[in-house]
Amino acid sequence: MSTQIPKQTEKTEETEHEGPSQGDVRRSEKRRRAAERREQRQAEEAERAKTDDDTVEFRVFRYDPEVEGKQEPRFDTFYVPFTKGMTVLDALIYARDTYDSSLTFRHSCRQAVCGSDAMFVNGGQKLACKTQVSDLEAPVRIEPLPHADVTKDLVVDMEHFYDQMEAVEPYFDTDEYPDGELEEQRQTRANREKIKMSTRCIWCGACMSSCNVAAGDNEYLGPAAINKAYRFAMDEREGADRKQERLEIIEQEHGVWRCQTQFSCTEVCPKDIPLTEHIQELKREAVKNNLKFW
Amino acid sequence: MHEHDVVVVGAGGAGLRAAIAAQEEGADVAIVSKLHPVRSHTGAAEGGINAALRDADSWEDHAYDTMKGSDYLGDAPAVEALCKESPEEVIQLEHWGMPFSREDDGRVSQRPFGGLSFPRTTYAGAETGHQMLHTMYEQVVKRGITVYDEWHVMDLVVTDEPNPADRTCHGVVAYDIQRGEVSGFEARQGVILATGGMGQVFDHTTNAVANTGDGVAMAYRAGVPMEDMEFIQFHPTTLPSTGVLISEGVRGEGGILYNSEGERFMFEHGYANNDGELASRDVVSRAELTEVNEGRGIEDEYVHLDMRHLGEERILDRLENILHLAEDFEGADGLTEPMPVKPGQHYAMGGIETNEHGETAIEGLYAAGECACASVHGSNRLGGNALPELIVFGKRAGHHAAGRDLGEAAIPTGKTGEWEPADYEFDVSVGEVGSRGPAAADGGAVATDAKPLLESAVERARDRVETLLSRRGRNHAEIRSQVQETMTAHVNVFREREGLQTALEDLREARQAYQDVAVSDPSRTFNTDLIHTMETRNILDIAEALTMGALAREEFRGAHWRKERQERDDENWLKHTLVSWNDGEPELWYKPAILEGESRTYEPKVRSY
Repeated sequence: MSTQIPKQTEKTEETEHEGPSQGDVRRSEKRRRAAERREQRQAEEAERAKTDDDTVEFRVFRYDPEVEGKQEPRFDTFYVPFTKGMTVLDALIYARDTYDSSLTFRHSCRQAVCGSDAMFVNGGQKLACKTQVSDLEAPVRIEPLPHADVTKDLVVDMEHFYDQMEAVEPYFDTDEYPDGELEEQRQTRANREKIKMSTRCIWCGACMSSCNVAAGDNEYLGPAAINKAYRFAMDEREGADRKQERLEIIEQEHGVWRCQTQFSCTEVCPKDIPLTEHIQELKREAVKNNLKFW
Repeated sequence: MHEHDVVVVGAGGAGLRAAIAAQEEGADVAIVSKLHPVRSHTGAAEGGINAALRDADSWEDHAYDTMKGSDYLGDAPAVEALCKESPEEVIQLEHWGMPFSREDDGRVSQRPFGGLSFPRTTYAGAETGHQMLHTMYEQVVKRGITVYDEWHVMDLVVTDEPNPADRTCHGVVAYDIQRGEVSGFEARQGVILATGGMGQVFDHTTNAVANTGDGVAMAYRAGVPMEDMEFIQFHPTTLPSTGVLISEGVRGEGGILYNSEGERFMFEHGYANNDGELASRDVVSRAELTEVNEGRGIEDEYVHLDMRHLGEERILDRLENILHLAEDFEGADGLTEPMPVKPGQHYAMGGIETNEHGETAIEGLYAAGECACASVHGSNRLGGNALPELIVFGKRAGHHAAGRDLGEAAIPTGKTGEWEPADYEFDVSVGEVGSRGPAAADGGAVATDAKPLLESAVERARDRVETLLSRRGRNHAEIRSQVQETMTAHVNVFREREGLQTALEDLREARQAYQDVAVSDPSRTFNTDLIHTMETRNILDIAEALTMGALAREEFRGAHWRKERQERDDENWLKHTLVSWNDGEPELWYKPAILEGESRTYEPKVRSY
């Protein structure tokens, strides 16, 4: 698996001939001092770590397309004092707030529902907030999600992922509503149960990142988008015509038939969604559907 | 520069609903949010949506429960709007495909929740907010509504008349987090703030890291008062180590609270002899802390919430998400052992002062959802009333901003109705440190046209970013944690004068320290250091106004408890707290609560459960 750095485009900005501006000088001086302070603190922690069993070593991927010294990807080492219950996200926050405020990663809810902090931890796609440090072998290696362009440090560009999600017309769509005012559509418990797991997706992108097929075929819808299609195709409230249209979308060249049932998506899904099973079931539905129409 | 009819700030439940409503009304809408919509914290809501859907229930009963729960500080016109319109909004969500939990006949299930006289809380397992957020984002995608995601809104663009009531909002200034550029967004018809909670003012909170109250602080600085900020809901069941929420649904389904002696203290120690665990949230939070303070806590910190007796089948059917949360974030198996819980900051009842249409005192500026205060929750919010607030008032603000006539509002905003100044002297100075900040808009003599106002606001924002990036100074993180610590130590469930004063002093110090704040990451790409630094300013403004309100209110009402006077004082305090920024010199004032509903008056009664 590879971490993808976007191709460097040489900056051809018009620079003023008088040399760097005052602001630039100040900024570069500031960077230098900040780097010194950081190194000093890290050295102190490293020293302490040698004598302290309760300190965990993290090696964190760093990259910034526009900051000198970070344009070439590198790994920084952070020593973080271990506390009971500490998650990978807690450790990253500690490292950022203590050593280097430029350490960059997405995070928000801290409880595995916003889907912001999927990353590559010791070689697997994980949500940082629900990964216990005590379950990991040290040193802990943290990288951005593979098979996505890295924006900066652990932040990847999610646009492609969002585009694939939106390609399956990911919205409930019917014109047939019950007549009465304040009447809900009826749905059996069994049908709700059938779609329940598929509705748990938090758009973290872990599955897409783990999928070898998606890595080789950029147009492949990918497990998350197909799961989204499943969520609607299997919802009895939408009706048969809409289901037919949905099956046509997922049957296209870069749809369900690309899946090679390697189960990597299912293994990494932090919400335990049986993604591969859902894809398989859609394949069967598509076959049944074709038999019916031809 | 971007131009739209309506600009919605924030993409959680209220923002998405507002955007859909404004578009329905024909407006060109854009949503600007510092997170991608599906990352919004609405997704963490667990329990449910109150709606009087069934024949045996009525919106009137829902309104009565809500007024009682609010300890008579809700404004009846807003409460009645919530309760009347919640059923149609819930059905709307169902028609958009939301996967509600179902009864055998295929209808939407409802369960009991604290403070409700009827089981009227609709839900989708214990992940109602997640399902609601995704359902509405799907509809936003379907409608092709423009979303600027990962754009941090820095400030509002408002004219600079001396009296806030004369000002008009023309748009916002935002920072593109991915690309590092500042841009103006002109809003031809209105700006709707839907920025959610401000839990990061405290250090033990169920709120997301992103919940820094940005909208509340920016409206405040532009001249809109903050209302009832001292009323903070501390949820009784959060996990001790992280603050992750364990839904009230657990108690709704029959979960029981025990102290270290194995006593069912809600009954055995008489905190709520009728409703027990299902008393209002403030009652249960105080009971838990009293148990701990009197030595009956576990590890001197928390109590136990036991749901084992509900049985595996029922738990898996209705509360499965709780098992995952307790396991992942506390290492507890809810099927075989009780879960440790303690109170944690959960919800801000107060916020940006609005009327029942979502309008603020500034023309063209709206607010909806947790950041707003209409007020539907008064001094205490009932469980299951936050999600309907998002959709009912998101919809109303969206419609109104886009031009729909909603009739005359019954709730006055700003100093247009009855009001009185506070009779309270603060020993500590508050407000802007050093020289007074710029006036709300500060666009020079001709600050009424949108374009020049936007341009100068963008310039100011760029200067601010440049200054933070280039100067030397201290990192914001330490200042933020000082604020969070002092707020949790002194402005928590139990409050007393001395502690509140200490907090105000600490906040003054933090404000002074913030004068020297700087960003050490020089990057224009995804500079979270810069964003967090700007957020910390918002946290400071909110913490200060909140503490001022708490210090002045010497009574015990709803979520606000004062050691000096441990009872409700309707004679002196049946009124809303307002704090106006006044261009850097905060002013505390009050306006009466509105207890007259459409066809009845909600007479204050003793609130017992």
